[in-house]
Amino acid sequence: MGGVTSPAPVEIERTESAEEVFAVPEPDVPWVTIVHNDPVNLMSYVTYVFQSYFGYPKDKATKLMLDVHHKGRAVVSSGTREEMERDVQAMHGYGLWATLQQDRK
Amino acid sequence: MPGTFEPIPGGGAAVALDDVEISIIRSLAVQLLELIGPGPAEDADPLAELFADGPSEPPADPVLRRLFPDAYTDPERTPASPAEAEERQAHSAEFRRYTENDLRAGKRENALAVIRTLDALNASDAGAAVLKLSPEESRWWLGALNDLRLAIGARLEVSDEGDTELLYRLPDEDPRKPMVMAYLWLGGLQETLVATLMP
Repeated sequence: MGGVTSPAPVEIERTESAEEVFAVPEPDVPWVTIVHNDPVNLMSYVTYVFQSYFGYPKDKATKLMLDVHHKGRAVVSSGTREEMERDVQAMHGYGLWATLQQDRK
Repeated sequence: MPGTFEPIPGGGAAVALDDVEISIIRSLAVQLLELIGPGPAEDADPLAELFADGPSEPPADPVLRRLFPDAYTDPERTPASPAEAEERQAHSAEFRRYTENDLRAGKRENALAVIRTLDALNASDAGAAVLKLSPEESRWWLGALNDLRLAIGARLEVSDEGDTELLYRLPDEDPRKPMVMAYLWLGGLQETLVATLMP
């Protein structure tokens, strides 16, 4: 009768592993928000977003914008995963192309 | 100056627009609204709306994919394993489910604010008018102008700096020319509007 019960554990396992992904805490490794270069967004607008959303001073906002422009990307904030999801959502709201990831060196 | 926002002393921004310019911006904003999609139905249960899940799949349309990108997919970092690729996809889907409805609502509000301020203008002035925006209206406009440029940029397939250079040099008979002119004009509007808002 083993065949009758086998489909059920597969589903249960899947649920457990999906929950594990979100439950495992890795407090020592911070998450980062990365903004990627895109040729449409104006340099002045990107600087404006970094100043008004993150509250960065003009110098820092400009430097981050230039990093995005010349290097193709810049880490614009770091913190917990929840904080970075909030920042990425805000960046998408402004129309900037942003992703988050754990800052594994 | 035409196509240029000027700061209003004491806060806000103003731009002179003629009838054609007003109708172009209005029509682009309406198209953007149609693309983003309708908000919640009027008779919908507000509590149910609050807990409604957004989509988990990326949009099929390239413009919408640009407006609502995957949150966990770093374009420059290839996943180390199929498992990691799958994990990123699962996280992006999860993120999309609980953010995309709000993001769509925000972009809809910006586009609606543009239409509202332009319509208020039409009611009182004929031919040409000076649009005056409060600082709050200026921020809505700024977001909408950016979304419009992202949308047109995606349609024109602007994907690197070189593409923009090419667009500047399109011959007049190129079918993309009118869209390119609109793209560059909106860029000028956005550039001068952001200057009035710089903290």
